[in-house]
Amino acid sequence: MTRRLPVNFILGAVLVALVVGTAALSLVWTPHDATQMAISNKFAAPSATHWLGTDQLGRDVLSQLMAGARNSMAVALVAVLLGGSVGVALGLLASALGGWVEDGVMRLADLGFAFPALLFAIMLAAVFGPSLTNAVLAIAFINIPVFARVTRGAANQVWTLDYVLAARAAGMNRFAISRDHILPNIAAAIIVQATIEFAVAILAEAALSYLGLGAQPPASSWGRLLSEAQTLMYIAPQLAIYPGLCIVVAVVGFGLLGDGLRDMSDPRLSRER
Amino acid sequence: MTAPLLDARNLTRRYRLPRTSLLHPAPVLTAVDNTSFTISAGETLGVVGESGSGKSTIARMVMAFETPDAGEVLFQGQNLHALSPYELRLQRQKFQMVFQDPFGSLDPRRTVGWSIAEPMRAIGADGDTARRTAEALEQVGLPARDADKYPHEFSGGQRQRIAIARAIVTRPALLVADEAVSALDVSVQAQILNLLMDLQDDLGLGILFISHDLAVVASICDQILVMQHGKPLESGPAAQVLRSPAHAYTQTLLKAAGVST
Repeated sequence: MTRRLPVNFILGAVLVALVVGTAALSLVWTPHDATQMAISNKFAAPSATHWLGTDQLGRDVLSQLMAGARNSMAVALVAVLLGGSVGVALGLLASALGGWVEDGVMRLADLGFAFPALLFAIMLAAVFGPSLTNAVLAIAFINIPVFARVTRGAANQVWTLDYVLAARAAGMNRFAISRDHILPNIAAAIIVQATIEFAVAILAEAALSYLGLGAQPPASSWGRLLSEAQTLMYIAPQLAIYPGLCIVVAVVGFGLLGDGLRDMSDPRLSRER
Repeated sequence: MTAPLLDARNLTRRYRLPRTSLLHPAPVLTAVDNTSFTISAGETLGVVGESGSGKSTIARMVMAFETPDAGEVLFQGQNLHALSPYELRLQRQKFQMVFQDPFGSLDPRRTVGWSIAEPMRAIGADGDTARRTAEALEQVGLPARDADKYPHEFSGGQRQRIAIARAIVTRPALLVADEAVSALDVSVQAQILNLLMDLQDDLGLGILFISHDLAVVASICDQILVMQHGKPLESGPAAQVLRSPAHAYTQTLLKAAGVST
């Protein structure tokens, strides 16, 4: 059976492949050392040696953007995996036990939703000092309630199905049922959510680094590149435009990919559109 | 006379409905009202009634998915609803269920063999899980090699056979069949009913057979219990209920089913 892939999926996949490929490439090769300064060569125009030119300290812009891609991917991956694992576990637990456990977890999730992510990160930075680790923890934290809610909603639907009742009749306990039946059958919904949260995490990392609460110098981060370029907007606007474009490509890419995956996993949804 | 396999005494189950008014208490629906029945080993009890008559609630209470508000379910003399969750899980090997929808009762992401072996895994599987799975498949008339296939590769009737294989793999004493043939074509219905009767002969199963179709119930049941609006209307040996129904409602059901009396 050949079904046409949704356009948003294809476009998203291409953009994501571009960003992920660049990040992967930066692990083994960048045109120059991203942190290598050469003041005499500052604000150089694009050339054969510096494809996108250099910044105010003579660093190669392309190399910095590539290192920034790696930074964004790493932060988003760790934060989404961390927040996702905790959130999915809480959602499964809430759904499996029901009653006051479910109510408790969901009210905590509401609390998490009510708490602005940036405020939480600023608080973390104030207490523990600004660092990439704290930024990752803050982004992971805001992901927990999102995943808990999605997981619990999807899991509650699966719990009503006959094959889960059959597993209960077989004598399986609720944790074994969650592992064997619920999780595999809601995996698609979680993967879709993870892809979308990846986009959110990239944006959050950029915002935190822009505020100086994420990656610390000399580490490269799109958000930090933006904030450094801010004062040079009239001298060298391209220094702000490049990282801005990178953020847009990454966020739009993951967002489209997530939408596309959702359309594919729920044919009803795409037909109604 | 030995104690019956299953002895359901004065089962009552009420559901609280959503409140309709701030000033009045939430209305209560009595799904099953003071219903008693027994099933002996090797015997089939048919519970008939229209939808909403409380049949499925009875199945859920017998399977201990729900706790009755009053009354008790004695299985082999043990009150199921008084057992601890752990004790109940161990007892579940002995009473199993076949569901109505053969497309919903098998996990689409698991092989048929995996699903059939589930009741064995629940109490810690021993070495011969694969052999017993193959045996169960052959007992329901499917080749043992089907264990590696996924549910979507089978027809509705075949899936119901697989569901029955899962239900009998632990050699239970009681089988609860909730509308087990209602979703199947008439010709397939007959095959599944025959299979159930053969298994009953081989294993000495007691069967609680729930259906809205009196014709189906008439063909396989020894005893019949007629329900309406959660209340038991009449019960007795199948031949007697079918030949001389005491209640007008039963007569209506008989006419609707076209059962010749």
